[in-house]
Amino acid sequence: MNGVHDMGGMQDMGPIQEEKNEPVFHHPWEGRVFAITRSMSAWRKWNIDALRYQRELIPPAEYLRISYYEIWLTGLLELSVKSGLVARAEIDSGKPAAGSAKRTPALTADKVASLVAQGTPASRDVMAPPKFQMGQRVRARNINPIGHTRLPRYARGKFGTIERDHGVFVFPDTNAEFLGEKPQHVYSVRFTARELWGERSTLSDAVYVDLWDDYLEPA
Amino acid sequence: MKASRRDFLTTAATAAGAAATANLANAEDHQQSTGHDHHDHQVVPSDMALRVKSLESLLVEKGLVDRAALDALIDTYEHKVGPRNGAQVVARAWVDPGYKQRLLTDADKAIAELGYGGQQGEHMVVVENSSMVHNMVVCTLCSCYPWPVLGLPPVWYKSAPYRSRSVIDPRGVLREFGLQLSEDVEVRVWDSTAELRYLVLPERPFGTEGLTESALAALVTRDSMIGVAKVPPRREGGAA
Repeated sequence: MNGVHDMGGMQDMGPIQEEKNEPVFHHPWEGRVFAITRSMSAWRKWNIDALRYQRELIPPAEYLRISYYEIWLTGLLELSVKSGLVARAEIDSGKPAAGSAKRTPALTADKVASLVAQGTPASRDVMAPPKFQMGQRVRARNINPIGHTRLPRYARGKFGTIERDHGVFVFPDTNAEFLGEKPQHVYSVRFTARELWGERSTLSDAVYVDLWDDYLEPA
Repeated sequence: MKASRRDFLTTAATAAGAAATANLANAEDHQQSTGHDHHDHQVVPSDMALRVKSLESLLVEKGLVDRAALDALIDTYEHKVGPRNGAQVVARAWVDPGYKQRLLTDADKAIAELGYGGQQGEHMVVVENSSMVHNMVVCTLCSCYPWPVLGLPPVWYKSAPYRSRSVIDPRGVLREFGLQLSEDVEVRVWDSTAELRYLVLPERPFGTEGLTESALAALVTRDSMIGVAKVPPRREGGAA
């Protein structure tokens, strides 16, 4: 989706504001939103791509207006309702629906350390031959899917070079909508700054974008 | 630039009517009352604490989340996982050429040697800065960041100004961080669009030959591992 989240190359968003001695969370509720999101994801009713997609579906003006953890909260609430874990009326009232059964949490305190240490790998140990070779010239496809994609607009249609093959990973475009993992190779593709932004860019500079087989075509 | 943008926002708010104007007014109240202006034009409603508290109570009551697990997660990222982890990786690479080689060729294994890895750092790549090449890391699409070695990202990394301009004007962005690079240094920007997570191995500063590994680790800053700064040269009586 050509949403406002796809910010690479936009201008006039203002100065970068570094905060000295910045706390991890600025308000206690931010930490709670972070931890609740991690805990609810442990039910495995959605995946990280679905979560990102849900955040991208926040209307553009709203996405820019609200803070980072409000974006997280919005995505979490939508997926919690869609997946059936929580009813919207329960969120509105703050009370469980009458007669609903109490569950046992998917993530309990004793499992936190191993979740943090092991993570959730997105690589897949399956046979999927690479479509491109190291050093090969490629073109990022000019696609404009209405759903989730990790091919940023600024790279579409541009020519680059396969710099590294990272192996086989879940494909976000289908995974985000629960249409399958479609595992395929991911490469770091080097695009020169001049290819992306034109003559005024410094000759030697480059942007490396991690792209899946399905985003690329031979140049 | 900033003044003209604010003028524009005010005009837009007037045209959009009372609701939008009220939002902008709230935004300014918020900035004044908290002393934070890092959210810039973002509004944080005062009832967020209440909303989240209500949600947490509901989820606990339904047995969907465990309050002790929430506390443990927050404690992990507030106190256990942060840029000091990455600094140890960098310092080890500076003193041990064999380790550096392993780090650049198989970062996951090398970082695991020091006991780090996991959530949002399952697939690590380390890129090395030199006098000829400067690497910097961004996630233009969201906020991808190598949690096991750097912790959770700062607000500026997740913000629109950094996400938008890093790829189109990396040298301008670096100047905003106080780093002016000469034209003959190649700037490489790594956009974290997949599940690879990037850590910059910064240049070891001059004058640190005699330092121990732990003294070196104390010099390494978070920003140098994102690639928006260099590790500052050691100052007299500085951290060591």
